[in-house]
Amino acid sequence: MKRPSTMRLAPVAGLAAIAMLAAACGSSGGSSSASGGSNAKPGASAPGITATSITIGSTQPLTGVAAPGYDEISQASEAYFQYVNAHGGIFGRKINYIVKNDQYNPSITSTMTRQLVLNDNVFADFDALGTPTHLAVAPFLNSEKVPDVFVASGCECWNAPTTWPETFGWQLDYIREGKILGNYIKTTFPGKKVGIFYQNDEFGLDGVKGLDYELPASTVVAKEPYDVTNTTVGPAVAKLKAAGAQIVVSFSVPAFTALLKLNMLGLSFNPTLVVSDVGSDAITLGGLLESFAAQSHKKVVGNQLTQGIITDGYLPALSDTSSNTWLQLFSKIHAQYIPKLPFDGNVEYGMSVAYSFVQAMEKAGKNPTRQDLLTAIQGGLSQGPSVAPYAYSPTNHNGGTGAYMGTIKNGVLVQMGPVLVTDTSPTGAITPYTTPQPPAPASGIPSP
Amino acid sequence: MTLLKNLAVTVLVGIVLLILSYRIGSFHDYELAEVAAYVTAVGGLTMLVGISGQISIGHGAFMFIGAYVAALLLQHLRWPIYLLIIAAAAACAVAGGIVGLAAARLRGPYLAGATLMLAVALPEIAGRYQGVFGGDQGLDINVTVPSALGANFQLTQWLAWVTCLAALITLFLLANLVNSRVGRSWRAVRDDEIAASLSGLNVARLQILAFVVSAACAGVGGALLAIVLANVSPGTFTLTLSIALLTAAVLGGLGSLAGALWGTLLFVFLPGYLTNVAQSHGLNSSASSSVPIAAYGVVLIVVMLVFPAGIQGAVRRLLGIAAPAAGAPLTVLRRQAAALDPKEKSTTTLVGTAPPEKGKGTR
Repeated sequence: MKRPSTMRLAPVAGLAAIAMLAAACGSSGGSSSASGGSNAKPGASAPGITATSITIGSTQPLTGVAAPGYDEISQASEAYFQYVNAHGGIFGRKINYIVKNDQYNPSITSTMTRQLVLNDNVFADFDALGTPTHLAVAPFLNSEKVPDVFVASGCECWNAPTTWPETFGWQLDYIREGKILGNYIKTTFPGKKVGIFYQNDEFGLDGVKGLDYELPASTVVAKEPYDVTNTTVGPAVAKLKAAGAQIVVSFSVPAFTALLKLNMLGLSFNPTLVVSDVGSDAITLGGLLESFAAQSHKKVVGNQLTQGIITDGYLPALSDTSSNTWLQLFSKIHAQYIPKLPFDGNVEYGMSVAYSFVQAMEKAGKNPTRQDLLTAIQGGLSQGPSVAPYAYSPTNHNGGTGAYMGTIKNGVLVQMGPVLVTDTSPTGAITPYTTPQPPAPASGIPSP
Repeated sequence: MTLLKNLAVTVLVGIVLLILSYRIGSFHDYELAEVAAYVTAVGGLTMLVGISGQISIGHGAFMFIGAYVAALLLQHLRWPIYLLIIAAAAACAVAGGIVGLAAARLRGPYLAGATLMLAVALPEIAGRYQGVFGGDQGLDINVTVPSALGANFQLTQWLAWVTCLAALITLFLLANLVNSRVGRSWRAVRDDEIAASLSGLNVARLQILAFVVSAACAGVGGALLAIVLANVSPGTFTLTLSIALLTAAVLGGLGSLAGALWGTLLFVFLPGYLTNVAQSHGLNSSASSSVPIAAYGVVLIVVMLVFPAGIQGAVRRLLGIAAPAAGAPLTVLRRQAAALDPKEKSTTTLVGTAPPEKGKGTR
């Protein structure tokens, strides 16, 4: 009997090809799991650090649903690092910042993070963006003992010094933020019906937790989650409307804040909109609103739709660009290195977090090990561009502790009232923080 | 004979991969494991489409089932890895049987539509039942290196071993099945259902069986992927994944397991490679991250225009190897396209180039 000949050859050819390809990669990629210890030259104090450079990596959504706005963050960080490099670097070492696109998809984050650690041999994972994405890799980074600093997410989960000693948050965590927003709603709009729209993961859930600590349960009439994998938010918005919400609080990424707003418009539903900081950058939102509306052949003016959105800010409000020294510094770097990007909250964020990293590295010393970086951060960092102090200590890996309330006017965030600080406990008081923010250093570079 | 040859080849490749896993370093071990996970699913799919003549745009959903079955069993019952993989295959075989029941009644675009729905709807379940499936964030699935291998043994190398072994066994079984009586019956059904039926074959049963086998392969792939990524979340099993699996099968050459491997290699390595190329040419990060998406489309178009029988078809043509007697997988698509238009008599006009036939090796 005659048999077809291909199928039995198939596995041979195929798997042989894997073998060849992997071998080729292996030889060209160089040694991948070198640990600095054995062949440490002077200056090569840890993996990713040589006499002349510090290599760090990050995963960011450069395409996909979370990309609008957030894709500016890593470019802004890179701009700040270039500025530092041009002014002598960190103890003479230049920062080499490798950014991988994970599309806000946890499985891609897993692959990209392993590439950074195992292949690119980074000293630290810096400012990796996203709650669901980073949760997928935090265990890996900690088991590999790679510093996982300043995760670009306010999940309170990064504060786990015993299980995840390598991981540090940076921005105001969502529980504190929820408390500050809830407190504002409770005192400014007493008795009004509140609806909550939130991302269905630790990001949204932490925010809701904070809100629940402050808002009387009787005033919350609806809680509607959304999934980032599903852009149909119409039914959720309809439920918020049906519940009679007079105020809608949204813990969402910018694209979903825009979808929420447009769906509200479609339903002639006009409650007071309160949006968490990460989903409220006015320039990003305005652009998204215009482009989403254009997709369904409607024309809207972004700045009109964002007008009056209430939010909070943990970095200086962009309306203060002429008077605040930090914003002056950042806008100078912006004009020099990334003039094509808008000078918005994402750019401010990217530069601020990069500033904190440089500050921590300088504090870690001339020939830092990975442990030195962790020790430096746990010893506390001065607040730098943040409006409130950081919580860092050996037992606390949260970043910012406070924010001011603000509102969007003509496409710019304007501060309302004082900076408020609090803790993550259900009963912790929310108090004004009156110490003025220290100005930016004249050189633009932190001193150790 | 074939069985022995396949066995010898599988063992040989296994040994090569084993040696390789010691030499290529942690990250390439990880990539090897990723390829092994995906190739298992693509292999099952290429068999379904190319040999049995059915289509599925929902194979990501079977991977989803396999991955969550493995994750849940590990989390709650602490089953050993091999049992996780077998359980994932079994669960997906059942799911494939159910889908197959419907599939056997549907043809062409209707079958495509039904399976598409599966790919869109199933991952949503994870968001609905957050307590069980962990919502968007998914579940962690942490496999540890057996203590017998020593404390310093790299986890990624262990994962590469596990996934490559599972992939080799699956592909070995698949290759034998395709060469067996069942495989010949599938081809008969694919080429002409009425003639097959007249020859005494149970068409519906064969089609369901094809779905069962194919889904089980996807289940194994899903479980392997879950173990490799150390996390399962709905974001991994989007419609994009389902389409990418089908694209990989088509790019590689439908019905060919070697083709499945070519397609998978493109799918896994091309995006990263192109991003690096784009970045080294000075494109900024947001521009260079869009390059792979565009390039993938271009590659797909070019391969389909120049090598309608996929990369494996091109390899065959270049090497002058005759296509298998009953190969010609594109007849499936031609037949389905022709079925849409009853007036269409000459089917070759629908697909640019007729697939290579036996004896017509090189041009």
